[in-house]
Amino acid sequence: MSMFGYYLNLALRSLMRNKMLTALMVIAIAVGIGASMTTLTVMHLLSGDPLPGRSQHIFYPQVDPSPLPDPENTHKPWDMMDYRSATDLWSAHRADRQALIGRSALRLTAPDMNQPPLMAQVLSTTSDFFPMFAVPFQYGGSWQPQDDQQRTRVAVISSDLNIKLFGGANSVGRTLRLKDSDVRIIGVLAPWRPSPQFYDLVGGRFSNGQTADFYSKPQEVFMPFSSSLDINTDGFMAFTCWRAPDPGTSMTTSPCVSVALWVELGNAAKVADYKAFITDYATQQKALGRLTHADNTRMPSLMQWLDFNQVVPSDVRLQTWLAFAFLLICLFNTVGLLLAKFLRRSGEIGVRRALGATRGAVLTQCLVEAGLIGLIGGFGGWLLTLLGLALIRQQPVAYADLLHLDSTMFLATFVMAIVASLLAGAVPAWRASRVALGLQLKTL
Amino acid sequence: MQIQPVLAALRRHRLATILIAMEIALACAVLCNACFLIASRIQMTHVDSGVDESFLATIKLTGYDEAKASDLNARVTSGLREIPGMQSVSVINEVPFGETAGNAGITLDSAGQKFAGVVDFYVAGPGNFEALGLQLISGRAPRADDFQPMKAFLPSSANVIVSRSLAEHLWPDTDPLGKEFWCGDFHFRVTGVVAHLARPSAGEGGPGTIEWSVFTPAQPGANLSGVYLLRADPAQLPRVLRDARAAIAKLAPDAVVEQQASQTIGDLRQVYFRQDRIMAGMLLGVIVALLLVTALGIVGLASFWVQQRRRQIGIRRAIGATRGDILRYFQTENFLIVTSGIALGMLLAYALNLLLMTQYELPRLPLYYLPAGALILWGLGQLAVLGPALRAAAVPPVVATWSG
Repeated sequence: MSMFGYYLNLALRSLMRNKMLTALMVIAIAVGIGASMTTLTVMHLLSGDPLPGRSQHIFYPQVDPSPLPDPENTHKPWDMMDYRSATDLWSAHRADRQALIGRSALRLTAPDMNQPPLMAQVLSTTSDFFPMFAVPFQYGGSWQPQDDQQRTRVAVISSDLNIKLFGGANSVGRTLRLKDSDVRIIGVLAPWRPSPQFYDLVGGRFSNGQTADFYSKPQEVFMPFSSSLDINTDGFMAFTCWRAPDPGTSMTTSPCVSVALWVELGNAAKVADYKAFITDYATQQKALGRLTHADNTRMPSLMQWLDFNQVVPSDVRLQTWLAFAFLLICLFNTVGLLLAKFLRRSGEIGVRRALGATRGAVLTQCLVEAGLIGLIGGFGGWLLTLLGLALIRQQPVAYADLLHLDSTMFLATFVMAIVASLLAGAVPAWRASRVALGLQLKTL
Repeated sequence: MQIQPVLAALRRHRLATILIAMEIALACAVLCNACFLIASRIQMTHVDSGVDESFLATIKLTGYDEAKASDLNARVTSGLREIPGMQSVSVINEVPFGETAGNAGITLDSAGQKFAGVVDFYVAGPGNFEALGLQLISGRAPRADDFQPMKAFLPSSANVIVSRSLAEHLWPDTDPLGKEFWCGDFHFRVTGVVAHLARPSAGEGGPGTIEWSVFTPAQPGANLSGVYLLRADPAQLPRVLRDARAAIAKLAPDAVVEQQASQTIGDLRQVYFRQDRIMAGMLLGVIVALLLVTALGIVGLASFWVQQRRRQIGIRRAIGATRGDILRYFQTENFLIVTSGIALGMLLAYALNLLLMTQYELPRLPLYYLPAGALILWGLGQLAVLGPALRAAAVPPVVATWSG
């Protein structure tokens, strides 16, 4: 340990001796680390698990309601299901928990608050949604399964909407007017910002990599699936339709896919059972003449579904590639400069070797010096990462407010800086430790 | 200047030489590809929408009762036409750079077998063709009897106008006039072709499909309502739009104005390409930082070499070399290193481009980027080495007599 202190002392002296060269190396490391850690942090935050510890139990069953011929079996099931398939699967209650998902935008007013009407994003779902996705409540709570059955006109609202309409006060029991109907607020969510907004994430494969909107905020109003269809007879936003719906077709029989289903399955046996269940369902529906492609069922897990939709925007992935190429260039630069720095001291190293320092001691000393440069560079890199993240937060992207440097990435910044500088220092240090003893003494 | 002695000296500093060359090679690869990415982003933002953008604005209403849509259309169009300076108000389903409303797959046969891609249907009431200022290159503009009533989201059979880009995709090397296509049960016949018409956003086919648009005349009604195209003189447009937004509150108290979607087309275009501009800016930042770091590396190593060879420089000066000889020696040395880096860098640039092509929908790197990148790096190298080389040239011959 005392030797380490001595090496550290030597390294500090050496760094102070040629401030220009030291500054060049520190800047190279800091800029490289700053750029790569900024993009890596964005990647880390965008590609994370929105339900850590639970996501492996959450699945997204899919059947293929397309009646169109598909001779080569190339059609992947659409990202949502038709009303009938989704509600049939849900009603069977064969999973530990199951939640239907439908989306709509409805005109909203708070009758006693005297504010202009606004278009509210409404998520129609079933009572299991809240416990299944661990949604936090600030006031009140979720509706119950009997509310789904009895088509009760209740709503849970987001924290943001509660602040906008009621100044953040406990609004449980107040009334909202949605389209032409009154609904009673029974719950207010605590701030909830899943990243990505995984539960109604569709269409990633059709978006040309522009998936930043997958990170936008959750809906403002959550309503029972059943009663939301009572107040909004137009039905949900369709993902697509396999033919144009005839005028006056109700949501329940329309040729469109607009409903999704999430299920929670606690163990592998239940997963296998549920897969068999959807296959059986599709086969039975084919026999009834309602489905065409019975064998085209899928059930990705939550994380598989996110992967399938390529949630991380392609620009972010491109930036990460670029930042690492940049870091590599910075490292080559540092290797060159360290080589210059160590070999310039060949004379000094020769003397130390002559006085009995082993090659290992010279190597260690050089590496300590490289590591110290990495530590200082890492500090600069940390500041630059904070600056980089602050700059991205200013950009008008949906995920801007999600960006922060968590403790993992803070540590990673320094670890990466030191590892990078040790890697960069390895070859120069090895060369320095091989300095030919006699030659150097002769030239002194 | 003889190259032989320079090469001999470099062989003695093999590792450092290779390092700098590698750094140059990587820089060359990243530089060429980043410049190409910037150029393709900027090119994307220059897409020709085919409409008189500076004359146009849009208002989008939602939240109203679908059953009263025709009444709403009548109230809004007649009310907004009263605004001073308003040249026209028409009902349309979507506008360029706005929200997509009419994406659908089409087939070239009525049986639905010959799939021809996902195109975008502009469904437009009377007045839109003129208001948009579309440039007809063959066929005819829509006539009064082309505006058919809507059945669901399209008229069941319509005479349509397609963009040249879509016509070339559907019927290459053939006159598109009179050609037919289908979308499920809906039938279309081409009666005109316009030079350009960009859809609100490129479809599944990527940026190349940005102009696959079909201008479909239709009668406004329950399935064609809520989106209005306003036309006014560019100087008056912002004021006209402001007045229109204010007037909506009285004309349609039953509807909600979608603020984000109700803008001038120019503003919508700005927002639409914002991400591309940010990305181009970021890439430019990376390039500048990259060149800076590379230059600093060259300065650092060249300074080291100059200091290391002070004595040799002194000797050369003592036996008759001029300052210019010394200066050129270091310049030649740098040129050789940078050249070898560029040679490798061109291969790397090409490999990186192939990688990017598989990951992102990028075209092949045009070859002229390679010499351009080489020129930049040669220039950078010479600039970076100039300082240390001048210091070397300033070494006096007397140094030769010093020991050490």
